[in-house]
Amino acid sequence: MISIIIFAILLLVGFGVFALNAGKIRSNILMGRDVNRSDRKSERLKVMTLVAFGQKKMFKRPIPAILHFFLYAAFVITQIELIEIIVDGITGDHRVFRASLGGFYTFMISFIEILSVLAFIGTAIFLIRRNLLHIPRFRMSEMKGWPKLDGNLILILEIILLICIFTMNGSDEVLYNRGASHAETLGDESFGFAISQFVGPALFSGLSDSALITLERIGWWGHIVMVFIFLNYLPFSKHIHIILAFPNTFYSKLTKKGQFTNMESVTNEVKLMMDPEADPYAAPPSDEAPPERFGAKDVQDLSWKNLLDAYTCTECGRCTAACPANQTGKLLSPRKIMMDTRDRLVEKGKGIRKNGKDYDDGKSLLNDYITEEELWACTSCMACVEECPVNIDPLNIIMDMRRYLVMEESKVPTELAGMLSNVENNGAPWQFSQDDRLNWKDEN
Amino acid sequence: MSELMKVPTMAEMTANGEVPEILFWVGCSGSFDDRAKKITKAIVKILNKCNVKFAVLGTEESCTGDPAKRSGNEFLFQMQAMMNIQVLNGYEVKKIVTGCPHCFNTLKNEYSELGGNYEVVHHTQLIQSLIEDGKLTVAGGDTFKGKKITFHDPCYLGRGNDVYEAPRQMLQSLDAELAEMKRCRTKGLCCGAGGAQMFKEAEKGNKEVNVERTEEALGLKPDVIATGCPFCNTMMTDGVKNKDKENETQVMDVAELIATAADL
Ligand code: SF4
Ligand code: SF4
Repeated sequence: MISIIIFAILLLVGFGVFALNAGKIRSNILMGRDVNRSDRKSERLKVMTLVAFGQKKMFKRPIPAILHFFLYAAFVITQIELIEIIVDGITGDHRVFRASLGGFYTFMISFIEILSVLAFIGTAIFLIRRNLLHIPRFRMSEMKGWPKLDGNLILILEIILLICIFTMNGSDEVLYNRGASHAETLGDESFGFAISQFVGPALFSGLSDSALITLERIGWWGHIVMVFIFLNYLPFSKHIHIILAFPNTFYSKLTKKGQFTNMESVTNEVKLMMDPEADPYAAPPSDEAPPERFGAKDVQDLSWKNLLDAYTCTECGRCTAACPANQTGKLLSPRKIMMDTRDRLVEKGKGIRKNGKDYDDGKSLLNDYITEEELWACTSCMACVEECPVNIDPLNIIMDMRRYLVMEESKVPTELAGMLSNVENNGAPWQFSQDDRLNWKDEN
Repeated sequence: MSELMKVPTMAEMTANGEVPEILFWVGCSGSFDDRAKKITKAIVKILNKCNVKFAVLGTEESCTGDPAKRSGNEFLFQMQAMMNIQVLNGYEVKKIVTGCPHCFNTLKNEYSELGGNYEVVHHTQLIQSLIEDGKLTVAGGDTFKGKKITFHDPCYLGRGNDVYEAPRQMLQSLDAELAEMKRCRTKGLCCGAGGAQMFKEAEKGNKEVNVERTEEALGLKPDVIATGCPFCNTMMTDGVKNKDKENETQVMDVAELIATAADL
């Protein structure tokens, strides 16, 4: 009875705290400007199925893709077992689905066990890769400190979780062999789970019944506690991508990568300027909202999709590894752009929840996190957008920040200012007169 | 090089009561840059040879606004766009071919929201379809048979608009050996000119992007580095010069290769 109460409390606190933190993430994301991504639903569903569910873009690098897929598949499929654990925990039952599912139950748990072994191998290799191999994208400056720890921590949690699963199933197997398990006997002498029917007897057969029961309970509780630690760790980790990858790919940009966003606020002003009938002195309609800032200086100037992107970023660094600016030693790293956006959003969101909507901490994404030098190093080549396995668009943020610099602060690199004034005055980025545009025809 | 080029303007055609099939958008590079003008002429010769009824805007053409947009000046971009759209819509233009992937991308994707809706193709797409339809045969002039050619994907043609095959098919019709760089197609490395970088010094780093890209191309020891963009052409040409390889490797637009092979 006590264990049922403890379990119920664990369940409530576990889900409750998660819901609270998930709500904060949601409200942070909604701080962004509106952008319409609710059209073409069936196409969106397809993108989500391929890219998030099928991990299509991961398979450009097959080996990490397969290892990652083991982790991912094991994660998804273990959730089925988790349902049983929750039901058992609340009712005080043991392996409640076994009697009703029979052979399918054995198959299912076996499947989970096999995937768990594969996931274990994957996790071990990932830990080695992250810490012992010299892969540049895991060793850049933005990966120092917490991001590095985060990457390792999650792998270690994963390993503990897997050990718990095998401790639980293995010790229960030995108990079952002896007829001492709490699970219903279905006329057989072994659960017959693919891995634990061998691992269990090999490791635990020397233990007494009571020791095994304790061990089984440690595995069981360890499993569920790890799951709740994991769940509540997610909102503070890049691992939230296991959830957000789905909405993020669903709301992907569906137009050509070369098409950059159109700024409607600018369109209205340009139309007025070009309209000979417009009255330049007309007072703006009084119910008009105060004009939006052009471009982005801080996180709330970005769109909610940019902010969702930031939370979804897995910090894998594929974008940065493909970035021509980064490859040639420039300061720019598209991964850092995403991490900065997220970190600033978390900071700003916290401040706003504490001090109200108009809270200003005197800081901004621009300058305090991302420098002008980074922004101007971008060649807008779209390699980062192409590479990202969860369809994040770092370029969109870079462009919106450039827009702010140019249109609100007139901060343009000198040579670009010259180019822009040429376009404005003679319709070409160089100092040639528009009247000479056809001269090439008669030259040799 | 043969007879004179025919380059009618939209204004002339309209005055004669004629309507062209397609508008050739020359672009700023194609109009003013000495190297790019040669590409423009190659395209014109091909169009002339195939009797494509085309026209240019001539002095009525103005920058599409692409470099303004990529550098963040949306105002200037939209002013340019709306002026161009007025001209294009005034002539009731339906179909456009461009000599530059940046003009191509901007006209095709970014003008529609401002009231300019056209069917826009890049010159490699148009020329490839002329070859496919048998209107253009690539034989007669300098042959590239057996020469090693590598194609550098322009970002705004490839990743930006998913055009990867047309330029490659054109090269195949030359009977040359097509060698691919490791970073090609979706993984193609930028030449370093995009995002208005063409018009400024690069930020501090340890290498120029165009040098990095040219090194990769030269690693294949090609006779020709082919491009489909006047900016890539400039960057790769500079890169080849930087490595003192002008005598071994030429940088040419696919249109130029086709025009040369067809003896135009
Ligand atoms: S678009 Fe900019 S940030 Fe992205 S890969 Fe290219 S240069 Fe780097
Ligand atoms: S933006 Fe995408 S590619 Fe870049 S680090 Fe994040 S998840 Fe990886």
